[in-house]
Amino acid sequence: MLGSGLLQGLAVTAKNLAGSFHDPARYVTTEYPEQRTKLPENYRNFPFLVHDDPADPNGTLRCVACQICEKECPPQCIYIVMERDEKGKALRRPKVFDLDISVCISCQICVEVCPFDAIKMDQEYEIATRNRFGGLLLHREDLSKSNAYYHQIHPTEAAGVDAALAEQKAKQAAAKAAKAAPAPKAAATTATPATAATAQDSAISPAPAAPPPASAPDTPANPAPANPPPDA
Amino acid sequence: MSLAFLLIAFLTVATAAVAMALRNLVRSALLLGASWAGVAAFYLWAGAEFLAFAQVLVYVGAISMVVLFAVLLTRPSRDEGAVSPASAGRLLPALIAGGSVLGVLVGAIVGSPLRTAAKPPLAFTVRELGLQLMGPHAASLVVVGALLTVALLGAVVIAAPGRPGDREDPR
Amino acid sequence: MSAHPANALPLLERLPVALRDACTSWLPESWRWLANSLLSIVAIFVVFATLFALLTLAERKILGRVQNRPGPNRAPLPFLGIRTYGLAQPLADGIKMLTKEDIVPRGADRVLHFLAPVALLAFSILTFAVIPYGRALLPVELDAAVLYFFAAGAATELAIFMAGWASRNKYSLLAAMRALAQLISYELPLLLSIVPVVLVAGSLSTSEIVEQQGTWLFGVFPQWHVFTPWGFAGFLIFFVAALAESNRSPFDLPEAESELIAGHLTEYSGFKYALFFMAEYFGMCALSGMGVTLFLGGWQAPIPALAFIPSYGWFAAKLLALLFVFMWIRATFPRLRIDQLTRLAWKFLVPLALVNLFTAAFWVLSSGWAGPLAFARWLVAGTLVLGPFLVLGRRLSAGLGPRTYRYA
Repeated sequence: MLGSGLLQGLAVTAKNLAGSFHDPARYVTTEYPEQRTKLPENYRNFPFLVHDDPADPNGTLRCVACQICEKECPPQCIYIVMERDEKGKALRRPKVFDLDISVCISCQICVEVCPFDAIKMDQEYEIATRNRFGGLLLHREDLSKSNAYYHQIHPTEAAGVDAALAEQKAKQAAAKAAKAAPAPKAAATTATPATAATAQDSAISPAPAAPPPASAPDTPANPAPANPPPDA
Repeated sequence: MSLAFLLIAFLTVATAAVAMALRNLVRSALLLGASWAGVAAFYLWAGAEFLAFAQVLVYVGAISMVVLFAVLLTRPSRDEGAVSPASAGRLLPALIAGGSVLGVLVGAIVGSPLRTAAKPPLAFTVRELGLQLMGPHAASLVVVGALLTVALLGAVVIAAPGRPGDREDPR
Repeated sequence: MSAHPANALPLLERLPVALRDACTSWLPESWRWLANSLLSIVAIFVVFATLFALLTLAERKILGRVQNRPGPNRAPLPFLGIRTYGLAQPLADGIKMLTKEDIVPRGADRVLHFLAPVALLAFSILTFAVIPYGRALLPVELDAAVLYFFAAGAATELAIFMAGWASRNKYSLLAAMRALAQLISYELPLLLSIVPVVLVAGSLSTSEIVEQQGTWLFGVFPQWHVFTPWGFAGFLIFFVAALAESNRSPFDLPEAESELIAGHLTEYSGFKYALFFMAEYFGMCALSGMGVTLFLGGWQAPIPALAFIPSYGWFAAKLLALLFVFMWIRATFPRLRIDQLTRLAWKFLVPLALVNLFTAAFWVLSSGWAGPLAFARWLVAGTLVLGPFLVLGRRLSAGLGPRTYRYA
């Protein structure tokens, strides 16, 4: 009969009208500045640098200014200058680490290529600024965030990274012990410069002793970028 | 001759005159609507509520819309432009049509007894009006109804898509 | 404003009239009439302007809730910063509208461009004059009140055309043409749907029509016109036509934001735009008020036990309910196409309204039937309403089966 469809339609809208008052499943609005939805763990937007000791954010950066990410970055939004002492000896940490997030395409390639797990993807999205040039060019101080923060935003991924770093450190220690003992063969195969550098960094300030979870993957000896993080 | 009468008369005549003088057809049509509203004001002034509202409803509401529709949907034809306004071919029909309308109107005005003496105003309620229309004047009502129906049917016949052969469009 | 000797009524009932008289009692006798009229006009305007402001908010809230979102709820009160569920939103909108630039296109007809919103609003306000808001609240007692109402409403169509034509914009002109076609088409069912009421009531006076609906069947059922077969059909036709006449969704083709970029409103901004919206809501209120008056018993209480609530309260409740249905419909139905629109009017509503005229005539002729004949009266009238509805409905939706989609 003519009109039955119209009545059905009216019933649907009436149900929604009434349901939005008592049914949370229907009324899904989050009133943003006051209420926030929890971001999914794998959400990412722009990179940040991980440091290990919150007391010394610039001194304990994992970054060694190797410039791999700078070379790999497709839109070339990273600019790194290594810090050197008076004699010109490289100190293996960045003096300048600039990242232009108005250029960054959030491709995560810098994270993939970093051998030191020093650069990770952030979840900070309230980055609007009134100064469109200076405000969007982040410096080392802005980028440096603690490992604890990393654990907070990407818990699974960070646990994997910590486990890998710990394992590597253990291997390093074993290799050192083996070197001290009359068995120099093992050290020659594993101690690449990269791992040595990591070992050096970790020696300065040991990584937070996060116990590797049972679900942590079998990471290889080389610190592989922990992506995608394993789903527990 | 009250001030209200003069004012309404002036507005009605002035809008009609300007409507004739204007080159822009849409403005003319809108002014014609204003003129019709002036006529309705006359009816109201004379105490004929029903007639006044019917005038507004039919003329201002509907007929002016039809006029506007006609203005907007027609375009000046190129072929007919050949007949200049002052030609003899137009003069004769214009004279006949205008003269007959004038004759009818003048006859009606002269023929009707104009009483100047104050007469108790006719307070017709709508109910009495309806009874009058349906009683003594039923015949004229039926004739008018038949006329309008014929006009409507004619319009439908003209507007309806004809046989498939008629649909050729020169453009 | 008084239509009755108000002294016999209870205090609450004649409160507005008493207030008005108190305000004007200090004036000399000859001036009091004028002052009373002016006060009535101001009161109506203030009440409906406030209602307009609240309706814009209510409409957005209801649309929001239907779409499972809260609607405007953030505008804080000025200088206080307190959010009152968005109650200050109309205020914010008003300030925004007033401070916007008033743009007139270069090629526009300046006089008509200015005149259109003013005329539209003026005619919309005129329609409020003959609606009986309460037992003692009828602004103007007219013998041909219903006719007056629709005459004033008809003139608004001209204003919409003026707006569309004066803007010198192709979208506006298209909208104006659509508006003309739509309004002419729906004027007919609108008027035909109220003729049965006039036929049965034997009067064009709104107060008399309301008075006649003030009885109760068996002391319980109100004898409103909508509770008769012809009245029900008439009310539905009236309502559909009123939706179209007030340019409301699903008949908002003259505006049609998505295709005609708001049609005749395209070239309007600032306060003139607000005037158009005001006129649209006023027209909606007036048509709802007329629908309440003609079909829903006007200011009559639904059951005798509730008659202690003042009559204007009942009128307001019915008016708001009808306005809610307007918004509910807007939230539900998609816009019609222009051919569907005219087809609905000419092939469905007009024949139905004509048949309804016969039903009403039968109802009047059979008013003396009693006992089992009363049952037969209902049966015949019901068949006269339902039969044409089914036949015409089938013809209207012929060839419109469930749609099949073929994917390339």
